[in-house]
Amino acid sequence: MGVESGNFITTKFDSILGWARKYSMFVYPFVTACCGMEYIAAACSHFDIDRFGAGLTRFSPRQSDVLMIVGTISQKIAPVLRKIYDQMAEPKWVVAFGTCAVSGGIYDNYSTVQGADKIVPVDVYIPGCPPRPETVFEGIMKLQEKIQNQPQDWRWKK
Amino acid sequence: MEEIIDKIKSAFKETILFFEEREMPVFIIKKEDVLSFVSFLKESSFSILLDITAVDYLKWPEQKEKRFEIVYHFFSLEYNLRIRVKFSIDEKEKSPSLTSFYKNANWLEREVYDMYGIKFDGHPDLRRILMYDEFKGHPLRKDYPLKKRQPRLEGLKDD
Repeated sequence: MGVESGNFITTKFDSILGWARKYSMFVYPFVTACCGMEYIAAACSHFDIDRFGAGLTRFSPRQSDVLMIVGTISQKIAPVLRKIYDQMAEPKWVVAFGTCAVSGGIYDNYSTVQGADKIVPVDVYIPGCPPRPETVFEGIMKLQEKIQNQPQDWRWKK
Repeated sequence: MEEIIDKIKSAFKETILFFEEREMPVFIIKKEDVLSFVSFLKESSFSILLDITAVDYLKWPEQKEKRFEIVYHFFSLEYNLRIRVKFSIDEKEKSPSLTSFYKNANWLEREVYDMYGIKFDGHPDLRRILMYDEFKGHPLRKDYPLKKRQPRLEGLKDD
């Protein structure tokens, strides 16, 4: 048994943890508007979000890794979004899905928050009104890239 | 369809200030007779209140005597007919509430109160329905600044 036989690989712990995390994203869909239809289209079998390991939606912030903000964020729902984010366990990532969540979109008015990043830190922005499932997957792959390459945090690290 | 319109017209000769046929029959009536007019409508088969809204004529080209106009839409299942009823109301005045005739008037009037600040006399629970309680002013009034922002969360001030 030696290196030549290929029975082992060498890697860094950070890297393998990133690999595990990027292919097992539990998504919390914070769906407030019409983009939700496109999220459903992306999640269902034709486009199949499960190919990226993000197929298991958890409707509990305690059990999810990715907060996907799908739709318009009004001033009234802003504290709810903040609370959901605060309830999520580390490590956590946030995706702004659709133009409204990215920047407020066409709703430049009294009732709408001008982008979800005013409330919570956002990792990936997916543009489009609504974004096509292909765009959603590109966003998810961008997030996977980010998760893979970031320094990982784990419990016994400190 | 015609006979019900004629029936309303003949019953409220004094009340109806203006009538026209647009996409539906439109009545402009006196504010004092709103409740009797609506109760007559309800008795004569207009069993559904579709919507209540208001119009702010503050910056309307021609000067209006009173600032707001309240607009009701009613629907009759019997005649398959929609009608629109409007009346003028000033900023200081209270509008009569339709909650004693139609249950759904409760939320519709709360929405009008929230957006325009028009108070309803006899409403059981008049408070905001769409905006949050800390919100100041009424956003659909024409004198509400277009770019004014009142974020609910601290730290959103730079909107």
